[in-house]
Amino acid sequence: MKLHEKYRQREACQKAAAAITAISKKPVTLMEVCGGHTMALHKSGIPAMLPETVHLVSGPGCPVCVTDKRFIDHLVALCRLDDIIITTFGDLIRVPGSTSSLEQEKAHGADVRIVYSPLEALTIAKENPKKRIVFPGIGFETTAPTTAAAVVEAKEQDLKNFFLLSSHKIMPPAMAALIDEGVKIDGYLCPGHVSVVTGTKIYYPIVENYRKGCVISGFEPLDILLSIYMLVKQVEANSPAVEIEYKRAVRPEGNTKAQEVLERVYETEDAWWRGLGVIPKSGLALRSEFSQFNVHTMIPVTVEETKEVSGCLCGEILKGLKSAKECPLFKKVCTPANPVGACMVSSEGACAAHYRYGS
Amino acid sequence: MNQKEILLNHGSGGKLSQDLFKSVFGKYFGNPILDKLTDSAIVESPGTHLAFTTDSYVVDPIFFPGGNIGTLAVCGTVNDLSVAGAEPIMLSTGFIIEEGFPLSKLEEVVSEMAAKAKEAGVSIVTGDTKVVNKGKCDGLFINTSGIGRVDQARKHISYGETISPGDVILINGTLGDHGMAILSKRNEINLHTKIASDCAPLNGIIQDVLAVSDKVRFMRDATRGGLATVLCECVTNREYGIRIDESTLPLRESVMGMCDMLGFDPLYIANEGKVVMIVAPEDAQRVLETMQQHPYGKEAAIVGEVVADHPGKVTLQTEIGGKRIVEIPAGDQLPRIC
Repeated sequence: MKLHEKYRQREACQKAAAAITAISKKPVTLMEVCGGHTMALHKSGIPAMLPETVHLVSGPGCPVCVTDKRFIDHLVALCRLDDIIITTFGDLIRVPGSTSSLEQEKAHGADVRIVYSPLEALTIAKENPKKRIVFPGIGFETTAPTTAAAVVEAKEQDLKNFFLLSSHKIMPPAMAALIDEGVKIDGYLCPGHVSVVTGTKIYYPIVENYRKGCVISGFEPLDILLSIYMLVKQVEANSPAVEIEYKRAVRPEGNTKAQEVLERVYETEDAWWRGLGVIPKSGLALRSEFSQFNVHTMIPVTVEETKEVSGCLCGEILKGLKSAKECPLFKKVCTPANPVGACMVSSEGACAAHYRYGS
Repeated sequence: MNQKEILLNHGSGGKLSQDLFKSVFGKYFGNPILDKLTDSAIVESPGTHLAFTTDSYVVDPIFFPGGNIGTLAVCGTVNDLSVAGAEPIMLSTGFIIEEGFPLSKLEEVVSEMAAKAKEAGVSIVTGDTKVVNKGKCDGLFINTSGIGRVDQARKHISYGETISPGDVILINGTLGDHGMAILSKRNEINLHTKIASDCAPLNGIIQDVLAVSDKVRFMRDATRGGLATVLCECVTNREYGIRIDESTLPLRESVMGMCDMLGFDPLYIANEGKVVMIVAPEDAQRVLETMQQHPYGKEAAIVGEVVADHPGKVTLQTEIGGKRIVEIPAGDQLPRIC
């Protein structure tokens, strides 16, 4: 049997769901922090298997969803310059800015290319010496190390036409901010891929300061069901703790090499999260020794004034306060073909998950 | 349509393509035959009806494992005729070639087109060639049109008018092979996989099925937008729904692995040699066995049924026993970030 098949077995999943039902007495609200979990659990139809006492809410862990609209406006302004190639992860191209998107700019002739790794952006930079290549850095501890590695590589190769617009963010400050804001959460289903990099240490303050359980989950259906079981058990016993369900990938100390490159390339700064506002020290900015790759210092451009759409509940949805179905725009004005908010455009967004999988 | 200009996604076969048709082509070209939006137009005439269809091919890369733009152009049009219950008779082909395109490559495309046409038993009876300046097209674009013959008794197949609850849904093999073969060869990914396109003419297997069953209610080839799109279109504004069972979907390990990696759902990935059939329950087993005896149907499977509950909706029983709704895709799937 292939490894993933083990985690998709119907019997094992049904058993895990039955075990959750058997132990769950108190109503609990669990937040899946990561967009990958949101998508995976809707895709496999998990909400329909859980008892009524267990309520799942989607968190702020979709990189596209929490990205500031101004970031898109900035990219739109950049790609209108003559000598710019934007090299981006595919998810970003449909995200609406205030008046345009990268997809629309591409239709108007801007050079926007989808890449699968920031290292491809370096190759494009070498092949196009007369162009300036901009890589929009988005994502959490998962993608930030690969972008950092690309910056280090660019420095070693002395590349003069590769630039990073960093909107990378880190997870723990947002998890704490949600509770500070009064969002009712009994436990966190913690992101597996982030934890591969960070290890468990980032979650201890959540347990110690807020007494909320943190279980690091894998992405297969059985992983998610087992993690929910572990969280429900913690809540029932009133003993919050950091636990790893995703033991085949996550070590308590994390990936120290990735942590080193993060530390070398970035420093934390206050960052704006869509829906959550400014969260202190939650963003990753390039350190000054890498400023020759920083779009902010190297490519000055005038960015249009940011316009927010009224009625869009992305902010409330990212905080887990509202569900997609409660948004007046959902499925009416806001669809994956014409997304209003980022939660609809990202394949990991809560609204896209509800739209696509309807649960 | 909210957009003011054409986006790549207007050609994806999803929601935006439908919007484009409604707001432009349907608006001006609309007539009772076109408005049915079937794979082939059925032109009724005394005795035998005619099926007529056209399609343009702009695939990148031009050559891919399992075929090339030319084999797609022949098979695609043959299949559009065949799923309308028609017997393909003849094709036309138009080539738009970019200045500088290697003659040897053109010959390779044309010779493989001829081979597929021979296999399908159709003749290419008319054609056209245009050459455009370098940079004005991407190597080679091909259009094919086709004409087929439809028996009066099979006219209903392309409209799906006789579908009713209890009918069974079948597919002739694995999902997503074509889409993933193309994606794996695009420059930006270039994965070393052995996934080959399923590009094949389906008239043979379809004729075999029609010979043993006169209770085929509906057929469609699951091309752009995949199985999900075919099923969703099938239930739109209807009094019935469809339920499919994830554990029965035929899927190659390699395609599943690539989908997992990129965050794609194989239900939405393109196929070029797959027909979805909706068949009366009493004939389902016979149709399945007939499919499985054909080289293009070895992995055929029953994947679901037409149901009276949740009209207008497609639901999927997940592998682990959960349940979800299958929606029509907005456009091409985009690879996820992490």
